[in-house]
Amino acid sequence: MGDGQPEAELGKVVLVTGVSRDLGRTFARSLAGDPGVDRVIGVDVVPPRGDVGDVSFVRADIRNPVIAKVIAKEDVDTVVHMSVIATPGTAGGRNTMKELNVIGTMQLLAACQRATSLQHLVVKSTTTVYGASNRDPAMFTEDMQPRRAPRSGYAKDVAEIESYVRGFARRRPDVRVTTLRCANVLGPAVVSPLTSYLRLPVVPTVIGYDARLQVLHEQDLYGVLQHAVREEVAGTFNVAGDGILMLSQALRRLQRPTVPMPGFAVGRMGNLLRQARVADFSPEQLAFLTYGRGVDTTRMRTQLGFEPTMTTAEAFADFATTLTPTGGRAERVLATLSQALPDPDEPVLEAVAGPEGAEQATGPRAVPAHGAPGGAEHE
Amino acid sequence: MSDAEIIPIGTRGRPGRGTGKAPSSAARSLAGGSGGGAGSKGTSGRPAQRRTSEEEAAEPTESDQTPAAASETPVPERPAARTRDRHAGGIPAADLMAAFQVAAREVFGEEWEVQLARFLAFLRRRVTGSYVVDEYGFDQEITQRFFMAALRPIAQKWFRIEVRGIENIPTDGGALVVSNHSGTVPVDGLMTMVSIHDHAGRYLRPLGADLVFRLPIVSTMARKGGATLACNEDAERMLRGGELVGVWPEGFKGIGKPYAERYKLQRFGRGGFVSAAIRTGVPIVPLSVVGAEEIYPLVGNLPGLARILGVPYIPITPTFPLLGPLGLVPLPSKWLLEFGEPIRTDEYDGGAADDPMLVFNVTDQVRETIQQTLYTLLMERESVFR
Repeated sequence: MGDGQPEAELGKVVLVTGVSRDLGRTFARSLAGDPGVDRVIGVDVVPPRGDVGDVSFVRADIRNPVIAKVIAKEDVDTVVHMSVIATPGTAGGRNTMKELNVIGTMQLLAACQRATSLQHLVVKSTTTVYGASNRDPAMFTEDMQPRRAPRSGYAKDVAEIESYVRGFARRRPDVRVTTLRCANVLGPAVVSPLTSYLRLPVVPTVIGYDARLQVLHEQDLYGVLQHAVREEVAGTFNVAGDGILMLSQALRRLQRPTVPMPGFAVGRMGNLLRQARVADFSPEQLAFLTYGRGVDTTRMRTQLGFEPTMTTAEAFADFATTLTPTGGRAERVLATLSQALPDPDEPVLEAVAGPEGAEQATGPRAVPAHGAPGGAEHE
Repeated sequence: MSDAEIIPIGTRGRPGRGTGKAPSSAARSLAGGSGGGAGSKGTSGRPAQRRTSEEEAAEPTESDQTPAAASETPVPERPAARTRDRHAGGIPAADLMAAFQVAAREVFGEEWEVQLARFLAFLRRRVTGSYVVDEYGFDQEITQRFFMAALRPIAQKWFRIEVRGIENIPTDGGALVVSNHSGTVPVDGLMTMVSIHDHAGRYLRPLGADLVFRLPIVSTMARKGGATLACNEDAERMLRGGELVGVWPEGFKGIGKPYAERYKLQRFGRGGFVSAAIRTGVPIVPLSVVGAEEIYPLVGNLPGLARILGVPYIPITPTFPLLGPLGLVPLPSKWLLEFGEPIRTDEYDGGAADDPMLVFNVTDQVRETIQQTLYTLLMERESVFR
């Protein structure tokens, strides 16, 4: 097991829950490569779908007390809780999802409370706890509460999980507890309600509304989790890429044609897609796609000391590289038109009397190149 | 009738129209030289006679213009238009291009290519989404190019807005513009935005009620135009970010008040705007708007229907339900916007924002300033429409 090194107090022994899914598995693998980490134990109900590398996988259900034995036996000092799922997916219905999320966390925290070896707890939460409504402030800070308490679904699960984690932190003040409220994760390989929505060939949008989106790139999610394991900073932090993209803007950058329809129709369509297993559409996603959400990441920088490598715009650009554009006809027409016109003005507008060559170079650019200028001028 | 003798008039059996090979009779007589055609003008005696007698004399002068005039079938200066030519390709591409260029020059002026390319670049930016919005969803490009351009004629031509005291708006850094609210529909907010943009060169970031962000289309436009929700968090965040924030503390009580109560300021909220200004240490610029009260004189209300629809009021104006959509046209009152002297808040310490007495005092000070300025402006005004 491990690297064959003696189990010294130098390296950490990290237990990662929820490794059967891609994000958990990839994170556990990258954590195993961290020099500060001795051993990584991955736990889940079902075996991981891919290669877990140096991670030792233990098939255990966090919903029953077996997990306590794993923590005690392996002398775990750090627990990274990632087993919070947004949609029932393959797990079954909403009841199973709630059981996995809430009961699983309760059992895990109960086991942690007993484990004397435990020193650190990192919980991957989500910005969904803030909800999305017309009464939201533009940017949520960590101290703000959702304007309406979530009554069902994923958001309620996460709110309950966070309250259990706070309770645990009170009961075990010697354990450093870090809660990371991550924005929606975007990446070429990520399967989530948001990515499957964006991957639809024709995207339904809520008519008359334009949501503000803020996302976190997959790599930055791994980065921040690893950072939290390594740096030992306690607290609750919003984690998201810089900048905001409007939903309409993001869909244009992804070259996705849209169909505006009333909110209830989008919700019904989402349900249909979920039943048809085309897209993982969660009910709270409708509010998110109507009103959007932004989070303030000042504390992530100042206290946690983490700097995401990608902005929201760059994350979208990276996501777009794997996407086959289904729209963008208007853009192509305009591109041809602007090439037909002898127009040396675009460099003149932006730079100082630029040559025509610069304009020609920007003419036949590909999808990611569209995102790049937006990403470069982020704020 | 087929065997009837056809007597051609004036052309001696030769058809009068040109056929391509042979020129028309008019062309023949113009070109001269051809013997048959020359004397054909039997109907008009004088030119025909002259032509027959002076044929030799006339020929040299005419042959200067048309060198091939002496030949049997003289080629005219322009070949005769053929039917095939005329209908083959519609309007020729060159003509189209020329017309397009003229039209483009008309629309875009002399540098039309540059202008058009610039416009095209703008369109492409919009279509590809490679523009930037800030964290409140403010889209500067569309605001400047579209919203402001659409509102400017209304402000200048319809309401003939007169702006005073624009120098009271700081050229940079955060400031809070506090204004009275009136007019049934918040047109005064839009007019203030465009006036500040045109006169002070800054964007006013309005704080809107949550109803604004609940309504479809309105919410999208509000965010793109730079508005955000009127809550302390957003106000302080914007002010800290050095924005010029606009607030209408009367809210729906102000715009929804009956016409009889015009220019009487309502309660100024709970003074939240003052505590936001004190916490961030930015000056408060009082703004008095005269003229907005008269655009839709509110003479009645339908509270029952309003409650069902979840809106604060359903207005009845002298024109609105009566004239249908025509009633939505605001009355062209004359507007006066006066920015008062800034009220400094930076001398208060941070804890002052939590002192309710101080906050109430500053709120009253702002309210009184605006009320007094309103009375002064009303005295100055000649009439509602002038």
